[in-house]
Amino acid sequence: MSLLQVTNLSKHYEGRLSLAQRLTGGRKSVVRAVNGVSLYVNKGEVLGLIGESGCGKSTLGRAILRLHEPTEGKVEFDGTDVTALSPSALKAIRRRMQIIFQDPYASLNPRRTVAEIVGLPLALHGIASGDEARAMTTQVLQRVGLQADQIDRYPHQFSGGQRQRIGIARALVSNPEFIVCDEPVSALDVSIQAQIIALLLELKQELGLTYLFISHDISVIGYLSDRVAVMYLGEIVETGPVASVLDNPRHPYTQSLLSAVPEIGAKRAKGRVRLQGDLPSPLNPPKGCKFHTRCPLAIPACQTLAPVTQTVGLDHFAACHRLEEGLSLLESAR
Amino acid sequence: MTVLLEVTNLRTEFSARAGLVRAVDGVSLQISRGECLGVVGESGSGKSVTFASIMGLVRPPGRVTQGTIFFDGCDLRGMSPEEMRAVRGRDIAMTMQDALTALNPALTVGEQLAEVLIAHDETLPTGRAARHNAIKDRCVEMLGLVGIPSPDSRLRQYPHEFSGGMRQRIMIAIALACRPKLLIADEPTTALDVTIQAQVLELISDIRAQMGMAVALITHDLGVVAEHCDRVMVMYAGQVVEEGPTDDVIGHPRHPYTRGLLASIPRPAMRGQPLTPIVGQVPNLMGLAPQCRFHSRCPLAQPSCLVEVPMLPVGPGRRARCLRLEETA
Amino acid sequence: MTDATLSHTPPADSLFRRNLRDFRRNRLAMVSVIVVLIFVIMTVAAPLVAPHDPNQTDLFRRLQPPAWMEGGDWAFVLGCDGLGRDILSRIIYGARISIFIGVVVIVLATGVGILAGLAAGYFRGWVDVVIGRIVDILLGFPYLIFAIGLMAMMGPGLFNIVLALAYKEWVIPCRVVRGETLAVRELEYVEAARALGAGSGHIMWREILPNIMSPVIVVSTIRMANVIILEASLSFLGLGVQPPTASWGSMVSDGRSFILEAWWVSTFPGLAIVLLVLAINVASQGLRDAFDPRFSE
Repeated sequence: MSLLQVTNLSKHYEGRLSLAQRLTGGRKSVVRAVNGVSLYVNKGEVLGLIGESGCGKSTLGRAILRLHEPTEGKVEFDGTDVTALSPSALKAIRRRMQIIFQDPYASLNPRRTVAEIVGLPLALHGIASGDEARAMTTQVLQRVGLQADQIDRYPHQFSGGQRQRIGIARALVSNPEFIVCDEPVSALDVSIQAQIIALLLELKQELGLTYLFISHDISVIGYLSDRVAVMYLGEIVETGPVASVLDNPRHPYTQSLLSAVPEIGAKRAKGRVRLQGDLPSPLNPPKGCKFHTRCPLAIPACQTLAPVTQTVGLDHFAACHRLEEGLSLLESAR
Repeated sequence: MTVLLEVTNLRTEFSARAGLVRAVDGVSLQISRGECLGVVGESGSGKSVTFASIMGLVRPPGRVTQGTIFFDGCDLRGMSPEEMRAVRGRDIAMTMQDALTALNPALTVGEQLAEVLIAHDETLPTGRAARHNAIKDRCVEMLGLVGIPSPDSRLRQYPHEFSGGMRQRIMIAIALACRPKLLIADEPTTALDVTIQAQVLELISDIRAQMGMAVALITHDLGVVAEHCDRVMVMYAGQVVEEGPTDDVIGHPRHPYTRGLLASIPRPAMRGQPLTPIVGQVPNLMGLAPQCRFHSRCPLAQPSCLVEVPMLPVGPGRRARCLRLEETA
Repeated sequence: MTDATLSHTPPADSLFRRNLRDFRRNRLAMVSVIVVLIFVIMTVAAPLVAPHDPNQTDLFRRLQPPAWMEGGDWAFVLGCDGLGRDILSRIIYGARISIFIGVVVIVLATGVGILAGLAAGYFRGWVDVVIGRIVDILLGFPYLIFAIGLMAMMGPGLFNIVLALAYKEWVIPCRVVRGETLAVRELEYVEAARALGAGSGHIMWREILPNIMSPVIVVSTIRMANVIILEASLSFLGLGVQPPTASWGSMVSDGRSFILEAWWVSTFPGLAIVLLVLAINVASQGLRDAFDPRFSE
C-alpha cells in the first residue's frame, strides 16, 4: 500500500491581463508548470524526482503539500484525500507531511532564534509549550547534529550546512511520516552535502520516514533513491526502480540526461548524447511529445501526438512513441 | 610546452572589521600554453580570489601582499593599472559564474562584443566603414563560434532575451573576442542544467583545441575536472593542498582532503553503502596558526601535524601538502 | 562527528545590534540625533527649561531685540514678540506642539499603513485592488490644500490637526509595507511557516512584519520632518493651534507684520523649524544607511 498516491495532478499559473489586453480581447497566458502527473510513494521508500530547472519538479512537491493549490487532480496521503481537506484538517495533516527547502539562507526567518524557528510547529499544533517545547527542540537539534547551547542564536550565526540542519530539525520536530526534500543539498559544498545526505538517510532509517527527494543531480538521486521519476516540462517521462532506470533508461530524455553527467574515473566509457538547444518555454510548450524539439529520435508523429505511458519493465514506465523499436541513444553515440 | 603563467607564493589579504583574512596564502601555480588546469575547491577555499589576484581585480579592502605573477614573460604585479587593463581582455580573459549579472543589461550583445574589440584589437582597419564592417564580421564570427544560431540577427538582442546557457555562451564569446592566450573560466557551468552544462564545457574544450589557448577552469565539481582538464589543483582554506595530472590525482589522491572530497561524492554505484563525509567545516581564515589547515577534519591527523606543512613532491609532476603521505600511498 | 562540534560561529550578536553599531559610527547622524534629543527634552521639560511663562505679555518689552543687540536684555535672550512675550520660551513650548503632532500623526499613519499594506501585499486580489484604488485617489489630492479644506470644515483644534495631517500620511507607509510584503511573502521561510500549518495572522505578524520594519521605520522618520513642516504651515495660515498657545508656524506668522523693524520675531521660530527638520532628516538618512541593507555596502 502506498503512503502517497498522486493522480493526474496539474498546476497551471495564469498570467494577468492588462486593461489594454483585456479590451483587445487578449487571452490569458497559461504556464502549465505541472501537467497531469501521476505517481506513488511507498511507505519507507525514497522516490527521487529528477529534472532540470523549470521542469516543474519543485512546483509538484509544493502542490502535493498544497502549499500551491493544485489546479486539478488528486493527492491521497495515507488514504486521505489531501486535495479535498478543509483548512483546519489541512493544518492537522501538515504535522505528518513536511518539507525541507533548498536555500538554507532564505528558508529561515532572520529575525527569529533557532528555538523559535524549530519550536514553531510545536506551538502551532499545540503539541508542547514552555519548557517542554524547549526540551523537545533541544533534543531534535542534537539529533541533527547541532549543540544545545546554540538554541538561542540567530540563523546568520550559522554556516550553510548548519542552517540546513536547522531546516531539517524544523521539519522533524512534529514527528512527520512523509517529507518532501526540495533540493536540500544543491546549495551546499561537496563535503557538507555528503554530511547532510548521510544525516537524511540515517533519519529515514531511524524514524521510518518516507521521502520525495527532488534534485537535479543524478548522482545524488541515484545514490539515495529506491525509485526515480524523471520530469520534463511539467510531465513525468519515465519512472521506475532506480537500478532499472539508471542502467536501462528507455526514454531518450533520460538517456541524454544520464550521458551528460560528467563522470569521475570512467572517462568517456559511455557515449555522449549531444542535445540540441534549450528547454522550451513552459509558456509555449511544444505540441505532441514535449521533448520532440530536442529529441534526436523524433519522428513526424512526435510533433502532433502526445505519447502514452507504457510499461517497459517491472514497475518501470516510460512515455515515448519509439519505445518498441528498443532504440538507445547511448548505443548509437558510442 | 612553454610556461604561460607562473605564480609564486601569492598571498592576498582582506582586512575585515574583526581582523585580517588571508584568503590566499602562498599559492604557487603554473599554466603552460594550451593547457587546461582545473582548480577545485569549496567555497572559501580561495580559488576565485587567486585568479582575481592574477587578473589584478582584487579591490580594497583586499590586497595582494606578496608573491610574483609572471604572464608570458611579463611581471603582472609590476604593471601600472593602465598596462594591466590592456592585458585583461586581450591576453587574459575571464568568464563569471553568473552570466546574467556579468552582462550589461542595457547594451545589446553586439555592442558589448564590439566594446572589447575596439578596446583591444589593434588589427582592425582604420577606415570608418571598413572598421565598422570588420567589427561586425568579427562579432558574427564569435557568436557563431560559440554556437549561437543565426548570430547576425541575435547581435541586436539584449542579454535578457537569451536563455541561461546562451548567456554563458555569449560571455564566452566576449571573453574570446580578442583571442586571449589564457581564459579563466570561473564556475562556467554551476548555474546551468546538466544537458546545457555538457554543451558549454564541450564548447570550451573545442575552442581551446582550435585556438590553442590555455584554460583555467575554476569549479567545485570534480566530475567536470575529470573530463576536461589535463592537470588539477585542489585548494583548501587559501592554500593549494594537492596538484598533478588529473587522472593521477583523481585515480589515486594523496592528500586526505582530496580523498575525503572524492569519497563525499554520492554515486549511484555506491547505493546502500554509507557515504563517508569529511567531518566538520572549513576553518575560519582569520588568524590561522602556521600549521596544517586540514588537521581538525583529518582522519590521519597527529599532534606532529601542528606545524607549517610545505608542498612535498609525491611523483612525476605531483605535489601534496601533507606530512602523512606514506599512509596515503 | 558533526560540523557543529567545530563551530566557528561568531559571538552572539543580533542583526539589530550590528545595524545599531553601524549607525553609531555615523558622526553626522549622531549629532543630529543629539539635536533631536535636545528638542525632545525641551518639550518634556518645558516648564523647567523655559526662562519665562510663554504667554506672559509685557507691553513694555514689546518687540525687545535679542540680548546681543542694542536695547537687549540677557533675561530675554532671543528678544520679545509684538505682545512682549519671551521668544525663547515660546519656541520651547512651541516645540511641544510640533513634536507632539509629528509623533502622533506618524504613529497613527504608520499603524494604519502597516495594517493596510500588509493586507494588500499578503492577500493581494481584490483587497489589494481596493486599497490600491484608495491610495491612488488620496495621492491625487494636493496635501496642503486638502488639509486646509478639512481644517476649515472641522474647525481648529489639536485633534483635528492630527486628523487633517494623518488622513493621507498613512499612504506612504502603506505603499512601503505592501511592496516589502510582496517580496517577503515569496521567501522560503514564509512558505516553511505555511508548510508547518501556520495561519495568515501568524505569517503576517510574526514572519513578515519583523522583517520589513526597518524600511518602515526609516520612511516614517523621514516623513515626520514633513509632517512638522505641514503643521507649521497650517499654523502659519491660522488653521492650526489657536492662540495664545505657542506654535512655531503661528509665531512666524505673527512676526510677519514687523519683519522689517523686528526681524527676530519671525526668524527664530523659523530657524527652529529648519533645525529640527534638518536634524530629523539627517538622522533618518543615517538610519536608512545603517538599517536598510540595500544602502549599505
